[in-house]
Amino acid sequence: MSMMKKNHVVESITKERMVQLLASGKRLDGRALDQPRNLNIETGVIPKANGSARVSLGNTLVLAGVKIATGIPFPDTPDKGILMVNAEILPMSSPYAEAGPPSEDAIELARVTDRGIRESEMVDMTKLGLIPGKSVIAVFVDCNIMNVDGNLFDATSYAVVAALRTAKMNRYVVKDDKAVATDELIPVPVERTPVSVTIARIGDKLVVDPNSEEEASMDMRITITTDDDGNICASQKGEASTISPEQVLQAADTSISVGRTIRAKILEATR
Amino acid sequence: MAGTKQLIDENGVRLDGRKWNELRPIKLQVGVMKNADGSAYIEWGKNKIMAAVYGPKEVHPKHQVLPDRALLRCRYHMAPFSVDERKNPAPSRREIEISKVIREALIPAVIVEDYPRTAIEVWVEVLQSDGGSRVAGITAASLALADAGINMRDLVVGCSCGLIGEQVVSDLDDTEDKEGNGDMPVAIMPNLGLVSLLQVDGVYTRENFQKAFELALEKGKQIYQMQREALTTRFFGGEAQSTEIEEAAE
Repeated sequence: MSMMKKNHVVESITKERMVQLLASGKRLDGRALDQPRNLNIETGVIPKANGSARVSLGNTLVLAGVKIATGIPFPDTPDKGILMVNAEILPMSSPYAEAGPPSEDAIELARVTDRGIRESEMVDMTKLGLIPGKSVIAVFVDCNIMNVDGNLFDATSYAVVAALRTAKMNRYVVKDDKAVATDELIPVPVERTPVSVTIARIGDKLVVDPNSEEEASMDMRITITTDDDGNICASQKGEASTISPEQVLQAADTSISVGRTIRAKILEATR
Repeated sequence: MAGTKQLIDENGVRLDGRKWNELRPIKLQVGVMKNADGSAYIEWGKNKIMAAVYGPKEVHPKHQVLPDRALLRCRYHMAPFSVDERKNPAPSRREIEISKVIREALIPAVIVEDYPRTAIEVWVEVLQSDGGSRVAGITAASLALADAGINMRDLVVGCSCGLIGEQVVSDLDDTEDKEGNGDMPVAIMPNLGLVSLLQVDGVYTRENFQKAFELALEKGKQIYQMQREALTTRFFGGEAQSTEIEEAAE
């Protein structure tokens, strides 16, 4: 992301070295090209939230919290619940982050994360309807980016998935045309496990899960989200550069296979 | 998903009579705005979109100056009356994201190194929206850049493909975008064979993903021919005339 651009001289020397290493299939931090950083997932870290997850992907740290309430449905989906995924890059997360209205990068991050969750139909929205046209369950997932070290897209997406998978909500009953919360706690109706995989192009090589240093040297980024059956459900190409059609398909295959491994880790951590 | 049955009938004919791989009618005009350095107007289905370019010009505020290349600014904006329900004129998060991806789709085609310390501004105004407005906006914006005489490596042309049920279709209209099962806007630089915008939503098998993506590339090349004709008309055809295509169904 643009806010990570630092010293241009060091940047260009780093990039030179990085490209040399990549030619022999290695990365500066020793990873293989298709190897994501260590993924660590803790859930239930914020007891006041309906669900929460603290996810670290290398040094990138994201905290996602789920809050659930009743709301008024959208006019075009009167019997379906509401799901909102949002993300904020906190000013504490990096020396280049700033307080104030969300930057273009933060808006893109929130919208791409939301797209992966929504389009995969992770949450069965038909099970969140209460009184058609009047009242539905609204699920809000807010993500705080706490520390930036590249690839916010994937870390944020994993945090949302982990928080939703472990979230509990009150069961609602309809009495006298009103939705009333009972004391019974039930899980959110989660059906799918979308997994986002972000790939950067440095020189002419594609690398999975770029860190900040690699993001400063990349000229193209593509995020692809896949579901449990290896279907592709969301994607976003980023940066002011191009990608060849062959590399799009190569990235799709990489994201399907890497996504499978990461999905197993998320399922294990949110059992 | 709801509405899938009505969107395409048993003979593979869509609501507006198109086959799966047909485009809506497209009309392009270049050089339509008096003040702008370059401009283009596109009608694509019910989309009506104006793109205007100013620059290269001085950069304000000064601290945004790029010493080695031009700063390309882009705003995609929808008029309040462009959609069924009045849209708040303030830029929405969607418009901010689309402005970003359009900018990132156009920059690779512009030889920004030729204009250091300057700004090039691209304004895309959606006057009426009908699905696929970002790709239509890109198609018009790259013509406006060419009309402004800005050095370019290639034109940029966009086309959106998607899914109705499990059927891959080209160029979704508003209803198909909302009721269908997936939308995949793609922009290409046709002569260089490179993709400069790719977004995906919906659930695609690996096979359908490739089919929709490759269909978007193919349709993009077809629209590129119309871009060329529109530019030819602009520079060699006297009065700006519109270019329309009649497409043969496969």
